[in-house]
Amino acid sequence: MTATAARKIPPWSARFKEALLAAVVAGVLAIPLIGLHAVDGAQGLGIDTRFGVVAIGASFVFVGRLLLSGIQQFRFANPFQPLAHGAARLRPLTRLLPWIGIGFAIALPFLPFANRYVIDVATTVLIYVMLGWGLNIVVGLAGLLDLGYVAFYAVGAYSYALLAINFDLSFWECLPLAGVFAGFMGVLLGFPVLRLRGDYLAIVTLGFGEIVRIILTNWQTLTGGPNGITGIPRPTFFGAPLTANPAEGVAAFHQLFGLEFSPIHRVMFLYFLILALALITNLFTLRIRRLPIGRAWEALREDEIACRALGISPRNTKLTAFGIGAMFGGFAGAFFATRQGFISPESFTFIESATIVAIVVLGGMGSQMGVVLAAAVLVLLPEFGREFAQYRMLVFGAAMVLIVAWRPQGLLAHREPTLRLPKKEAPS
Amino acid sequence: MAYFLQQLVNGVTLGMIYGLIAIGYTMVYGIIGMINFAHGEIYMIGAFIAVISFTVLGLAGVTYVPLALLIVLIVAMGFTAVYGWTLDRVAYRPLRTAPRLAPLISAIGMSFFLQNYVAIAQGARVKPIAPVIRGGFNVYEQAGFAVQVSYVQILIWVLTLVLMAAFAFVITRTAFGRSQRCVQQDRVMAGLVGIDVDSTIARTFVIGAILAAVAGVMVTLYYGVIDFFMGFLAGIKAFTAAVLGGIGSVPGAILGGLILGLVESLWSAYFSIEYKDVAAFSILILVLIFRPTGLLGRPEVEKV
Repeated sequence: MTATAARKIPPWSARFKEALLAAVVAGVLAIPLIGLHAVDGAQGLGIDTRFGVVAIGASFVFVGRLLLSGIQQFRFANPFQPLAHGAARLRPLTRLLPWIGIGFAIALPFLPFANRYVIDVATTVLIYVMLGWGLNIVVGLAGLLDLGYVAFYAVGAYSYALLAINFDLSFWECLPLAGVFAGFMGVLLGFPVLRLRGDYLAIVTLGFGEIVRIILTNWQTLTGGPNGITGIPRPTFFGAPLTANPAEGVAAFHQLFGLEFSPIHRVMFLYFLILALALITNLFTLRIRRLPIGRAWEALREDEIACRALGISPRNTKLTAFGIGAMFGGFAGAFFATRQGFISPESFTFIESATIVAIVVLGGMGSQMGVVLAAAVLVLLPEFGREFAQYRMLVFGAAMVLIVAWRPQGLLAHREPTLRLPKKEAPS
Repeated sequence: MAYFLQQLVNGVTLGMIYGLIAIGYTMVYGIIGMINFAHGEIYMIGAFIAVISFTVLGLAGVTYVPLALLIVLIVAMGFTAVYGWTLDRVAYRPLRTAPRLAPLISAIGMSFFLQNYVAIAQGARVKPIAPVIRGGFNVYEQAGFAVQVSYVQILIWVLTLVLMAAFAFVITRTAFGRSQRCVQQDRVMAGLVGIDVDSTIARTFVIGAILAAVAGVMVTLYYGVIDFFMGFLAGIKAFTAAVLGGIGSVPGAILGGLILGLVESLWSAYFSIEYKDVAAFSILILVLIFRPTGLLGRPEVEKV
């Protein structure tokens, strides 16, 4: 072990050379795009030079590369072998972890540091957790890469908005309808792509997501086009509105419970609503994994040909995966619409789809806890850098690259089939 | 008729640009079996370098157009090639043995990173550039409507065809082409017979980036405006073209690009310009329903 490790450590001179090379490459990359800045002048474009920034950047790369190879040496010299054994001892704790998480999530709004901003961010995290769990059915369990999941999210959001505004239906009446519509769209998308696999599937679902977005943008009469839909009704607490001055003859939430009116009630209500929706999604997934259809999804993910040979219909299996995954996307969309009160095609771009897929993959495909972890990381990370708003997406992209490089299997890899044949005794 | 011909001319031009980008996708897919999502961003970077170097040359007083064009092409190809190499080195090489979806996420992350990097470094606003090559000639006239082929369009056609020929030569006749095809067939075996797999893959990325850079330069000349977000849609379209033609097949990429370009320009001319992307994606879905491996793709034989 130590012998091979020792061989892998390059000498200092080689490391120095490599760091120098990295710095030179970084400098070359930066010269045209950072060193030269095309600025709008009076007569067309002018050029600004910023070679100082290039030099600083290149020296940062140099130091960073050296440090990185130093860390590698450290890792080769001290393998963290004992940690792996430690993880096995922690098994009872990991079983408790979901319950601790749920307890924390329920208690969060009542904790002393929870102000409106914290609850709002937590709500956003939970939306992504729910979307991640929904997509996990398609990507993690059934192994179908869907890059257009945001389409179902959009269908759910627009279904709720249009039904609530045009037909005066309440949130609770619209929620199942939004799920049905989105699920129907999922099956609709599922049909043409049944025979496709892997990356062909990915690009077609991506195209489908774009088609839905373009239609939402251009079908002015129905969707309001790029301006979106405003004035979407807020949800009610089973009929009791969460407003200060309810309509005549209707008891508002705070009157019903004899509380002082506070706008935070609605924020908290929305938080608990999405928490409940997300937990339902999770419970559903956990239970359906034990049903024949859930087993069929996992089998399909592992080997489609073997599935066929065993008499599992890939068509029905894939369609149910698409439909059910889409349905949860639709629920999340309806919630999103009622939370924002305003939706436009801007909210349903490819970036959203990519974020959700990244949450599922970074979490470790098929791992429910991993989705929570990845959603928290990907939503909170840009949130910390709020002061540098323009660097938000830059950091987001870099984080995706780095996390994958660090843990290609996902943060919590969990890809074992839930069912295994028990070990048999050797035949006598 | 004349109107139709004009749309045909425009469509073919657009298709050639898509085709050039699509080759990058199809080659990378062929060799490492992965969608290089950041390829559209490489094309966008090529266009930005073109605009910047045109501006620098303009300030330096280089006004002779063919010379300026040549310098811009070489500069853009050179720098973009380094971007392509770095992309592979940073985002993909560490993930060679990772599960299949890991490089995809890395690619999407890289795509966001590059988009925002350019947006921050060069500003998020649209960059216009004065037309470098003006004019054209009428090839056909009917009932007062002239079919015009501009010099830029001719340049794009010639350049694309020359690059295709050069590319075909490299792939079929040189040692690099042989090792490239070899790695494409079986990466492990290629390594065993003494091919440097990593460097072959890196060179594939570099070639893809060079072709994308040329596409970027041509788009700059053709439309005259660029922005940091242009790579996304062009990337998706080019990938659509690659899938349409049969992924992994280089002639397929060109064919797919041409079909896509024609569908788009004819659809915008005769139906609605808003839904031209819908038309493009619908064509993709239709083709894949009836020919799941694309037009020129070889059907995959499934072995158990």
